[in-house]
Amino acid sequence: MDLKNLRQRGEFEWELPRAGAMRVPGVIFASRELIAGMDEKVREQVANVAGLPGIVTASYAMPDAHWGYGFPIGGVAAFDADDGGVVSAGGVGFDISCGVRTLHTGLKLADIETQKARLADRLFARIPAGIGSTGGVHLGSAEMVAMLRGGARWAVAEGYGSEADLTRIEEFGCVAGADPGAVSDQAKKRQRDEMGTLGSGNHYLEVQVVSELFDEAAARAYGLAIGDVVVSLHCGSRGLGHQIGTDFLREMVLAAPAAGIALPDRELACAPLKSALGVRYLGAMRAAINCALANRQILTHLARQAFAEVFPGVHLPLLYDVSHNTCKEETHTVDGRKRRLFVHRKGATRAFGPGHVELPHEYAHAGQPVLIGGSMGTASYVLAGAAGTEERAFGSACHGAGRAMSRHEAARRWHGRAVVDDLAVRGILIRSSSSRGVAEEAPLAYKDVTAVVDASDRAGLAGKVVRLSPVICVKG
Amino acid sequence: MNVEARWETFAHDADIGVRGSGATLADAFAGAATAMTAAICDPARVVPKDAVVVACAAPDDEMLLVDWLNALVYEMATRRMLFSRFEVSIEDHSLRAIVWGEPVDVARHQPAAEVKGASFCELAVRRDAGGQWLAQCVVDV
Repeated sequence: MDLKNLRQRGEFEWELPRAGAMRVPGVIFASRELIAGMDEKVREQVANVAGLPGIVTASYAMPDAHWGYGFPIGGVAAFDADDGGVVSAGGVGFDISCGVRTLHTGLKLADIETQKARLADRLFARIPAGIGSTGGVHLGSAEMVAMLRGGARWAVAEGYGSEADLTRIEEFGCVAGADPGAVSDQAKKRQRDEMGTLGSGNHYLEVQVVSELFDEAAARAYGLAIGDVVVSLHCGSRGLGHQIGTDFLREMVLAAPAAGIALPDRELACAPLKSALGVRYLGAMRAAINCALANRQILTHLARQAFAEVFPGVHLPLLYDVSHNTCKEETHTVDGRKRRLFVHRKGATRAFGPGHVELPHEYAHAGQPVLIGGSMGTASYVLAGAAGTEERAFGSACHGAGRAMSRHEAARRWHGRAVVDDLAVRGILIRSSSSRGVAEEAPLAYKDVTAVVDASDRAGLAGKVVRLSPVICVKG
Repeated sequence: MNVEARWETFAHDADIGVRGSGATLADAFAGAATAMTAAICDPARVVPKDAVVVACAAPDDEMLLVDWLNALVYEMATRRMLFSRFEVSIEDHSLRAIVWGEPVDVARHQPAAEVKGASFCELAVRRDAGGQWLAQCVVDV
């Protein structure tokens, strides 16, 4: 992206001044180098979002922003319903509530070294992953409705995990206002056999080790120390969320002219928050968030079973669970006034700072854990929502590295078997049924996640707590 | 079968673009469908043995392309199938197709990524000066 279109506000904060149809300015949080590497499409998309009705303060982009659909991936925007604000199906995306969950294991790297291959095999056997896979949970229509209303709470009541898990999940495992009746029959049918499945592409389950510590106090609050083994999983609302995205994107595109909304890009498809369509989408999208939370809860149960087979008596309590592609109703202070806003985070993580009322009490002082996924060969990070982050970008931070090259190019450059062998030499075990899938997800196909988290840290969005290095990776 | 259909995938930062072209609109749509299968696995590995009927209608041809690809995504997801042969007919923004494929066989197909949905990103359906049709969009994987 050409820097000459931007005004620098700070070392890691750049303003795209209001122009044309923009109602508010754009703000990009990133280093000079990260911005230079961003596509011009990101600037265009930040500006387009800034032109949507009812947007508040600014259209934001996180340090990992890249060319998305309508919204940039890494885009954050808040809307006020009383000010004609909108909700955008394009601003949430297809993989509703795709997110990361991290579990403690109570084990150190030395404890698992001799059992690594067996653990990898048991996890791969237990976790349904990849195209065509089905879960062990098959939902009838009444159970589907209960799951869409209850989220991870429903899963715990069904025997997947414990009440203690729920306190370590955003919204305590169940987002209010879900409306299963707003979810199409097709979406429900797609989900019937997909509960407890990982998916494919960039979704994974990893066993990781804490390899570097940056903030001792926050690490202590999160229960993390050097050498600790943790498990992280990255997946979302599966077919149900994908179909809801598909259904409402179409409906919002067709309804926009009648609602008086001129879309500069159809992918920005949106509806007024106070319209029947907007309300219906919110109900369906919240049901998809609950579906993602239930899905990650079932996968947690399966991971626990696999660990117990190899390490009898081991416990895997949650560190935290974050969602990326959402629109959430939150209270934020804008110009000294508390307002209820609908915050879209597209490929961005909620990152509430210390003292926020929605944090579990044990994290109140440290701030919200912000779980950042990397590639299977590099690193992931745990960050902590920084003080003042609510004023900076409605309590948001980055979500991951982002791709450095297309899937096509990655598959052309590398062969899956060679990627697996190279990583094995470095002590990282990969389990996947698709050689091409592994090639497309090769570590070098991703940008340097470290530059992204450094920018989040320096921009005051979320501070670095620990670095996690991969040990085992199960891919779809 | 739309024998004149040609296809390719094209790069997008996070996902994959699919593009079909041919002498008719239906050929271009069939090509885009093959390109979508190619985003998942090698279409040549998918044996066209089981037939499924797909139908959709839209206010314009661009929306029809999105609907067509999303109808295939739905059939792939719920039937756990992959498709490699597409016989498409289109009249007045209304599409009817018979598509052939087979159940997913992970070992043989080596599917790399699941298509979540067809987007409006880079969406275009047009006829060039030479009379050739093109149909394309980015699919989310």
